[in-house]
Amino acid sequence: MSEFHLYMAQRLSALVMAPFVIVHIGVMIYAIQGGLSAAEILGRTQGSVFWFAFYGMFVVAVSIHAAIGLRTILGEWAGLRGGMRDWLSAVIGLGLFALGSQAVWAVTA
Amino acid sequence: MKVARAHPLWLAYLLHRLSGLGLALFLPLHFWVLSYALNDAAKLDAFLTLTEMPLVKMAEFGLVFLLAVHLFGGLRLLALEWLPWSAPQKTWAAAAVAGSFLVSTTFLLQAI
Amino acid sequence: MPERDHLTVTVQRGGPDAPMRPQTFEVPAYDNQTVLDVVSWIQQNADPTLTYRFACRVGMCGSCAMMVNGVPRWTCRTHVSKVLDGNAIEVGPLRNLPVIKDLAADMDPFFDKWVSAEGMHHPTRTRDDAIEAIDPVTMERQEANAGIECINCSVCYSACDTVAGNPDYLGPAALQRAWTLYNDAKDANKDAILDAVSGTGGCHSCHSMGSCTTYCPNELDPLSAILGLKRATTKRFFGGRK
Repeated sequence: MSEFHLYMAQRLSALVMAPFVIVHIGVMIYAIQGGLSAAEILGRTQGSVFWFAFYGMFVVAVSIHAAIGLRTILGEWAGLRGGMRDWLSAVIGLGLFALGSQAVWAVTA
Repeated sequence: MKVARAHPLWLAYLLHRLSGLGLALFLPLHFWVLSYALNDAAKLDAFLTLTEMPLVKMAEFGLVFLLAVHLFGGLRLLALEWLPWSAPQKTWAAAAVAGSFLVSTTFLLQAI
Repeated sequence: MPERDHLTVTVQRGGPDAPMRPQTFEVPAYDNQTVLDVVSWIQQNADPTLTYRFACRVGMCGSCAMMVNGVPRWTCRTHVSKVLDGNAIEVGPLRNLPVIKDLAADMDPFFDKWVSAEGMHHPTRTRDDAIEAIDPVTMERQEANAGIECINCSVCYSACDTVAGNPDYLGPAALQRAWTLYNDAKDANKDAILDAVSGTGGCHSCHSMGSCTTYCPNELDPLSAILGLKRATTKRFFGGRK
């Protein structure tokens, strides 16, 4: 992947996430009225194909977006270069995707 | 020599970077807590009661702030990079989006 | 002007063989005085071993840029009264470049990157053809005109924190040059330009922090030029042609 392709992946994942984030903030404002409980969250999400697709795509996009963003920070602020930086960013992306998938499955399955 | 650089666009860059970094560091914790729901809803509940503590409330506010700042900072960058608009057009567009977001969020808070 | 007869001037001295260290001089103050005048006074009256670079003294040649109180500036056209901090000035070599000695920075990396950004002419015609007529009012020509007054002083390159963090980054001046050529009707190889600015350290490394545009002494706008390159490469990615 060239620097340009990483740029496109970064911007396109951002574009995909923008509406998700707006909905996410809206749901948060709605959900915390009267306190949070597992039953309330699960009652909304469990068995819902809509929320599975919503959070599923959200997790895919955020894993790509965060991994590319952290790769830039690792280069500019931690001085990492070359293969080491690419390898570490890929591990971060895959790790976020694994943890995120587990979370989506837990609240929607 | 100390470098002078604190002009508005540079501060916007720093805010975008720090908010992104903060969100990326928070994500694993967020996912980990939610995945408790899979096998132990009681444990998730125990964790969620923590959210009533003032300190955790402040942290939550901080996270929502980071998310909102990163969202609007990102939309600003996308507009800057991809829309062939003039600078004043972009300023008006940003003001319009911020204004409508404020109005609709206020409405949402009143409605529920 | 306030009543004062001397300025306290701190100059960064050193180079590859000796670590940089500040040295302070008392320099006579005048009503009209540039930072370059101050540096020249030190070299001529206090310490002849002070090394610095200048040529035209009128803001044309781009050789006298230095860090002045933390900001990169063209010293020949920077009045002392504009930058004075109390009664003091601190002068150092340009940031983000190797130091040759004292206030003279090595500009080689800066110029090498002009070439890497394909900042060279790709002719549309040969010497045997008639000169191409250029319409001055087209959008492309105006975009190109906006960037051609660059004097290669490297102020933008020194101001840029992306350059500081990423040694591969081509920097604002080289990318602005690429953008003017991309918009030049007399340039025959737009694809080569877009390829050159799409690689490692190309225009996509820019974070739009805008220090280049803020500090450019000629009031050029490299930030918008880089944004133009991002737009052009994105358009090409989706199959759009110029």
